[in-house]
Amino acid sequence: MISRNQLKRLHSTIVKPYIYNKGLRSLCSTSIKFHRVQHDTKQEPETHFGFKNVPESMKENLVGQVFENVATKYDVMNDAMSLGVHRLWKDHFIRTMAPGPGTKLLDVAGGTGDIAMGFLNYCKEIHGDASAQVTLLDINPKMLEVGKKRFAKSSYNHTSQATFEIGNAENLSSIPSNSFDVYTIAFGIRNCTHIDRVLHEAYRTLKPGGRFMCLEFGKVQNPLISSIYNFYSFQIIPVIGQIIAADRDSYQYLVESIRRFPSQEQFAEMIKDAGFTIVGDGWEDLTFGIVAFHSGFKL
Amino acid sequence: MFRASSLSTQIHTRKFLLANLSRNILQSNLHRDNKNSEVIPIRTNYTSSTNSQISNLEKCILAVSSALTAFCDPGRGDMIATLGETTGSIFINRMRDHMLRDKTGRRILRERPRIHSSTIDIPYLSSLPLGTFGKEYTNFLDGQNVTPDTRVKVQYIYDDELAYVMQRYRECHDFFHALTKLPANVEGELALKWFELAQTGMPMTLLSSIFGPLKLSSKERERLFKKYVPWALQCGSQCKFLLNVYYEEHWNKNIDEMRNELGIYLVD
Repeated sequence: MISRNQLKRLHSTIVKPYIYNKGLRSLCSTSIKFHRVQHDTKQEPETHFGFKNVPESMKENLVGQVFENVATKYDVMNDAMSLGVHRLWKDHFIRTMAPGPGTKLLDVAGGTGDIAMGFLNYCKEIHGDASAQVTLLDINPKMLEVGKKRFAKSSYNHTSQATFEIGNAENLSSIPSNSFDVYTIAFGIRNCTHIDRVLHEAYRTLKPGGRFMCLEFGKVQNPLISSIYNFYSFQIIPVIGQIIAADRDSYQYLVESIRRFPSQEQFAEMIKDAGFTIVGDGWEDLTFGIVAFHSGFKL
Repeated sequence: MFRASSLSTQIHTRKFLLANLSRNILQSNLHRDNKNSEVIPIRTNYTSSTNSQISNLEKCILAVSSALTAFCDPGRGDMIATLGETTGSIFINRMRDHMLRDKTGRRILRERPRIHSSTIDIPYLSSLPLGTFGKEYTNFLDGQNVTPDTRVKVQYIYDDELAYVMQRYRECHDFFHALTKLPANVEGELALKWFELAQTGMPMTLLSSIFGPLKLSSKERERLFKKYVPWALQCGSQCKFLLNVYYEEHWNKNIDEMRNELGIYLVD
């Protein structure tokens, strides 16, 4: 006869592994494929994909899949997640850009065309100008499709003010050097594998005197806002993603990728390293630092 | 008195330990037979980020919002699926235990067969004589113009076995239609939800059964509650637990014979 104490100890040793086993099992079976891949390409440098680390060559495909899944509901989700505030950010962005008549804009990772459309509208409304040109470039064909459809429904569908191209921000081989007045990349640069290459290409394609402008999610300094923001990002946004876009994982990637992107200071350094001249700090915090507006000039 | 209570506690604890031990052994043997589930993944491919489990708060929010979305937009089958997964934890456990108590159920849990157009031969089934289970099933599929591949994958259940039970439950839904001869219109689906409520007790079935009829006209509602619901509750609670049937082995069987064996009678 075992004593009650011995039995209790035995109980705890057998039950615990069972409970942990559940967690282990779920981890093992779903990530088995991933582990196999990582073993084969151990030599290849790794980069971040959300909170995971993946081989660099895979990141582009994974990001491609994410945006393919969300393309049709992208605009709806933007409004739902940011409660419409993203429109304010983008509006401020374009007003700060203050393009004059005849400006040529290269909108990289333009996707569904928020910035491009806003730019053309600004030129039309403020200057009555119809000679502004925008080249909307995106790596994902599905996002570009959505952008094209949107322009087809607008008043710009018969003009040649907007052109659409598929391209990789890291290697803009189809764009000649020194050809654009403004280069914008809004909420796209954190999805790129090599940010330094993107910045280098931006520098190359801009005319001397041209402006590089980047909107990207940043780090929040205020601790109260930060905790609310974290709660909202990790608990609410994926749920909204599941309900509206039926895709929780893509929005989980989105909020995780925001956390892995360099801070505003680090990114401003990277912009300086690419050769741009920055004014003051080089960035402006919007909404307590949730979004940062970076800017640099090619002089 | 002290000795008697310690004895009963020891017996109770030993039974519990033995049950856990046998479950551990069973689970460790499972991977050997999982050919099918490796070929067709049960759960969604985590293409992004970590395989982190969702928190309880998120589960609550998801349950409420998926219930509201499913009510407002009945076409969102994936919302019903999400509702089932977020609210069903205890009941799926109960379903799995029900399956463990039956011999065929245990075999299903061991072998984990999947119902997918790549695992079942639908052209062969439609060539079977009329009156067989396989033929009735393909008639139903053709009538609705669906394939068995349209089922949403499991997302929020993290235990493999429970995820399989949920997936099997979803995939057997069309078999229930064939056996009970309920059409796949709103009325038939609601009647089947009441039937599943009697069988499994899942909150998702309860919510669908209560709020679903609000979408019907009053005449349809009357017919539902007069004719279908009493039948569904009666038949569902008295017939065999339908997840314990290895449907893939009964394609050739006469369907009336099958109904007799399972204890299902048709609605009059």
